[in-house]
Amino acid sequence: MQPSAKLGFILLLTPLLLWLALLIFIPHVDMFLVSLRERVGVGKYDTSLANYRTFFTEPLYLWTFLRTAVMSVVATMITLIIAFPVSYYIAKIARGRLQSALFLLCLIPFYVSELVRTFGWMILLRETGLVSNLLQWAGLADQPVEMLYNDAAIMVGLVYTSMLFMMVPLVTTLESLDDSVIEAGYDLGGTGFSVLREIVIPHAAPGIVSGCIVVFMLSLGNYLTPTMLGGKDSLWFTELIYSQFIVRFNWELGAAFGFMLLLLSSLIVWGMLKITGQTLEKTMG
Amino acid sequence: MIPTIPQPRAIRFAYGAYVVLFFVYLALPLTVVAVFAFNDSQFPSLPWEGFTWNWFFGAERPQIGVFHERGILRAIGTSVFVAVCVSVLSVAVGLSNAFLFNRYQFRGKGLLYVIMLLPLVIPGIVLGISILVFSSTVANAAWDMAEWDIEALRPGMLLVVLGQFSFIATIASLVISARLQKFDQTLEEAALNLGATRLTAVRTITLPFLMPALIGALVVAFLMSFENFNTTLMLVGSDAPLTITMFDRLKEGSTPLLNAVSLLLMLGSSLLALAMIIFQRRR
Repeated sequence: MQPSAKLGFILLLTPLLLWLALLIFIPHVDMFLVSLRERVGVGKYDTSLANYRTFFTEPLYLWTFLRTAVMSVVATMITLIIAFPVSYYIAKIARGRLQSALFLLCLIPFYVSELVRTFGWMILLRETGLVSNLLQWAGLADQPVEMLYNDAAIMVGLVYTSMLFMMVPLVTTLESLDDSVIEAGYDLGGTGFSVLREIVIPHAAPGIVSGCIVVFMLSLGNYLTPTMLGGKDSLWFTELIYSQFIVRFNWELGAAFGFMLLLLSSLIVWGMLKITGQTLEKTMG
Repeated sequence: MIPTIPQPRAIRFAYGAYVVLFFVYLALPLTVVAVFAFNDSQFPSLPWEGFTWNWFFGAERPQIGVFHERGILRAIGTSVFVAVCVSVLSVAVGLSNAFLFNRYQFRGKGLLYVIMLLPLVIPGIVLGISILVFSSTVANAAWDMAEWDIEALRPGMLLVVLGQFSFIATIASLVISARLQKFDQTLEEAALNLGATRLTAVRTITLPFLMPALIGALVVAFLMSFENFNTTLMLVGSDAPLTITMFDRLKEGSTPLLNAVSLLLMLGSSLLALAMIIFQRRR
């Protein structure tokens, strides 16, 4: 490289390295180190796995962790099942203005804060809410029905909140599927179902994977929706992290929880990429 | 299932109905939030007590409107300030990253690119606590070594900006990179042949070409910062941005005031998004 090009290179590299080192890499290493500390006295710490031991031996912690993981997987699958037909409709069936209008309509709700979306569901689902009133009016219930503060409400909120992140990659990949390929499938004697299974889904795989990864991540790390829509028994793992950090001020245990959450999400993302043979650059970039 | 292949009418109808139902589902929560902003009652729920503008303009208890509610106005101010800082910073770093990854070949480039994508797959709350832990480590070290109290490293505005920047910068980099990849580099070479310096060439040729992506990244970064919750929650100090303030209010119980704020938010972000789309179409 010429000296001037080298200078330019260094100038461009510096912000990137500063950002990744100071805000991503070192903080995570530091968090891991803190999670390995055990408080043995005032301002005195030992290095030990005590926090991780607490995590694995306290049933509430482990149970919440597993529950959060399973419910995030379920939320991801429901989102995929609801979003796929609509994405297919937008990408392959709607044409021209209708197509771009529908796609825009999908985007609008997500320019609005997640808090507002969750608030909307609260107004709909609570005891004095619209759904409860509607049921009473229709004669299906004879008293107010409380639909908030349970796992189903959390699920509704999670699916709603992450819908867009499934739709956008799905529509994009499905749009690139040539109509003639589908026609060829039918010409060769395929039925609607076999064309879907043999042609459409394999073609959409990168979109499905990247949508699922993002939705899973967002559900796993969500704090707002489970807190607002969930009840006393529907604890989410992020709520444990928050309470260790902010309420109990036990940063060591909180850091261990944070690390476990990071580990779980990385494992699942990595696993999904491996199973489907995708790479992070291709699905995110 | 494409238009050129005939399907039974019943299936087509069912499919269409499903899509309609889906859009009703998308619109429903936002519609109720908007409608109940005008309910003349203390609660954003049925029964409907009549139409009022009080939750926007009311100046007296019990119906103090958005424009007379100091706490909310201050929170909006904080949010705008944070969002401007985050979006400008993210676009600046994103632009630099786009040039770095498009124009230079160096060892470890692929690895660095993957690391740059990682913030997108780290849960927001983990980003928040890791930055919180690290900044307090630094602050404590500064105090232990020199009795130097760095107030800025305690939870507050600076940490909120840094925390949001740490993942929004990735998105800005991707948006700008995608556009720079489409740039025909011979245009820049032509400018150089005509006697321009490298900096002039970039400023007069490349940057105008990138402008739609820069504006797009700026708007997206602004909106993402404005509505960020998870990362902000862990790093917030005494001056809370709007989402955190609204969350605290919502926990105490909701009044249509929150609906009014939400409606303004919806209008604001839709207008911003629409303006961006129109700007990019015109190009």
